[in-house]
Amino acid sequence: MRIAVVVFPGSNCDHDAYHAFKHVLGVETVFVWHKEADLRGADAVVLPGGFSYGDYLRAGAIASRSPVMDEVSRFAGKGGPVIGICNGFQILCEAGLLPGALMRNRGLRFICRDVFLRCETSGTAFTSRLSNGDVIRLHVAHGEGNYFATPETIVRLEAEQRIVFRYCDPTGRLDPEWNFNGSLEAIAGVLNEGRNVLGMMPHPERMAEAILGGTDGIAVLGSLLDYLESLPLKGGKRGEVAREAAGAAQKGAEGTKGASGREAGGRCKAV
Amino acid sequence: MEETMKAKVTVSPRRGVRDPQGRAVLGSLHALGFPEVVDVRVGRFIELIIEPKGEGGPDEVEARRRQEQRLDEMCRRLLANTLIEDYRFETEP
Repeated sequence: MRIAVVVFPGSNCDHDAYHAFKHVLGVETVFVWHKEADLRGADAVVLPGGFSYGDYLRAGAIASRSPVMDEVSRFAGKGGPVIGICNGFQILCEAGLLPGALMRNRGLRFICRDVFLRCETSGTAFTSRLSNGDVIRLHVAHGEGNYFATPETIVRLEAEQRIVFRYCDPTGRLDPEWNFNGSLEAIAGVLNEGRNVLGMMPHPERMAEAILGGTDGIAVLGSLLDYLESLPLKGGKRGEVAREAAGAAQKGAEGTKGASGREAGGRCKAV
Repeated sequence: MEETMKAKVTVSPRRGVRDPQGRAVLGSLHALGFPEVVDVRVGRFIELIIEPKGEGGPDEVEARRRQEQRLDEMCRRLLANTLIEDYRFETEP
């Protein structure tokens, strides 16, 4: 199993993600420079946080047009799991791999603190270790995390259970006070249609060890590993199989208009 | 025809999209004693210097139409995020 962490000029959570996967979770992890057009046989891709290209033009805008993103799109199109964290989420939205946009925080301030998230959709490739309603504490550090999408998109995300996390209070109650950046519907993380691409503003990789303040991030990163583990190993090439399996599941989900989701994928139950 | 051309692109938040920067500037203008200002939208101004490609041939109208088409494409693909922003551009020789 191999995780690729993409590095853009200005990425600054790339090493955090590398550390969490490689040293905390013990998985082979490689860096991929944004000018490379090869994901090095990875089974999952991480777009890390940071300020790619100094957030020039719009956060994530220029990185989303980097050479590596063509390859990430292809990988995601085949069902390969991709997680974009913070700036990675912004890049995925700008690349059109996720719906919506991340705008300036409601109060215009850069906010760096711990927040609480409620799991809204368990059983995805990124939340199998969580149940709906579970509350986790993660860290945020962003100036542009105010999620926006058209009303039609929000309705659709809701109907297809693609809202994965919402900002909440420590008890799991939705409260505008705790939706610190003003995101629509308190959305902190969303899935793509194929359910294999997740974007989230909070940082699971920064909450992967008790010594760094908490371990709730493992619920997300560990779920991804469980998902990869669960894929059938065919001919010793797990990556290819991962993409095929997820691709098939995606097709299945399209056929049933998302009603039964990706049961074909074997793992995801609560779609 | 062979000289460079200047394109001025203005990108602004779409109507209906919250613009917290605009709200902050509005508040500040009010504080400075300009209550007549009722709304502010803060956008972005981008200037492009463009070298016309020689292939246009003698048909200047057609060359111009193509150039505007390309400018529009630049706006849609990079300069503006059309989900949250509107854009407009003008060219000058």
